[in-house]
Amino acid sequence: MKKTFPIFAIATLGLLSYALYQALVVAPTEVTMGNVQRIFYYHLPSAWVAFAMFFVNFLASIWYLAKRTAGSDALALASAEVGVVFCTIVLLTGPIWARPVWGIWWTWDARLTSTLVLWLIYVAYLMLRRFASGGQTPVLAAALAIFGFVDVPIVYLSIRFFRTQHPQPVIGGGPGSGLDPRMWTAVLWNLAAFAAYGSLLVWTRYHMAMVERQVEEAHAQRALESDEGADQ
Amino acid sequence: MSVWGVTQRTLWKDLRLEWRSKDAINSMLFFALLVVVIFSFAFDPTAEESRQIAGGLIWVAFLFAAVVALNQTWARELRNQVLDAYRVSPAPATALFMAKALGNFLFVVVLEALMAPLFVVFYNLRSVGPVYQLLIVGALGTWALVVNGTFFAAMSIRTRSREIMLPLMLFPISIPALLAMVDATTSILTGSASPAFWIRLLAIYDLVFTTVCLSLFETVLNAE
Repeated sequence: MKKTFPIFAIATLGLLSYALYQALVVAPTEVTMGNVQRIFYYHLPSAWVAFAMFFVNFLASIWYLAKRTAGSDALALASAEVGVVFCTIVLLTGPIWARPVWGIWWTWDARLTSTLVLWLIYVAYLMLRRFASGGQTPVLAAALAIFGFVDVPIVYLSIRFFRTQHPQPVIGGGPGSGLDPRMWTAVLWNLAAFAAYGSLLVWTRYHMAMVERQVEEAHAQRALESDEGADQ
Repeated sequence: MSVWGVTQRTLWKDLRLEWRSKDAINSMLFFALLVVVIFSFAFDPTAEESRQIAGGLIWVAFLFAAVVALNQTWARELRNQVLDAYRVSPAPATALFMAKALGNFLFVVVLEALMAPLFVVFYNLRSVGPVYQLLIVGALGTWALVVNGTFFAAMSIRTRSREIMLPLMLFPISIPALLAMVDATTSILTGSASPAFWIRLLAIYDLVFTTVCLSLFETVLNAE
């Protein structure tokens, strides 16, 4: 931890700067949308990292219910928090991009709505973690994480059908298949950079959670010992 | 005693308790009535408009009212440590869950049966599509709300702000079910589209989440 963490952090910083250079300088300006399209290099990688984090949260929750290890619970917490942060970035960069390009901030399109519902589910998860008390928090949270993850495909299915029945206010929005190769390079560099950055955050948060747990245990131990001393 | 035996006894006990106190049904009914009245002030719809929005109004009113009853599900088991007694007893946890979910299902169905005529009167509703389909949507939709609601109520009873936590968990997870109920109801009332997709989606939702609830309930009940 002591040695690999700074190395990984510096490598992430390097990746992030190179990805920024790729997105702002190397990638060509989009013909119709202009420079505002460059937000895409942050929007898409953030979305993928957020989805990956929620998947990690699901796996860690199952692992916790099966093995009850402190590490899996800390990983579930860390990945959910970082996932919500990246999902928030997606939901904020989306409207900033949509406004000049589509002329509207928001549309109840399948992908936008599903992402919003996903965000709501994981915010509820974090709320539960905050409001639940004591040792039962990890179990309750893990149960809700499984509910949330199982819900995601049903949400997507329902919203897709809901919106395809109605006329689409906005057609397209994704980059489609006609992406310039240099744009692809920028996307992939940014994806790598954001994945590294997300992992770095999860790593840090994971260790914080483990330390918090040790501190709590130490407090409980001390309270127990002082009780014993008072009894005698 | 068999799983079904425990389910039956627990359900019967809950129904008897409810019959004597009428706590859940009274608070739900009055709450739903208030929602109906407030909605009609808020929207003031004509007959054609109300057919368009009734699906949404009905289910939002039922959802809010159901939360009132769901919050009381486990609260009455906390008195005299009944829930702890359940935990140490050899009775299967799934039986307890099924009894509670079925009980809540019956309460909400009674509420819906009593409120439906009121909706018809207040909003001048007349269904264009076949009414029996509304019964299917009603049954599947109510189970979708109640099965997850009973589970999350068992979770929220363990948190600091009990009453608040239930809707915070239930609403986001219920979004696809709610969408299905509202759209199916609207397409039956207006007769504009077939509700087949939504009814199938509700059936899948019910099946998936009943399975998840039954398999996780024992873990949550015994969480320390």
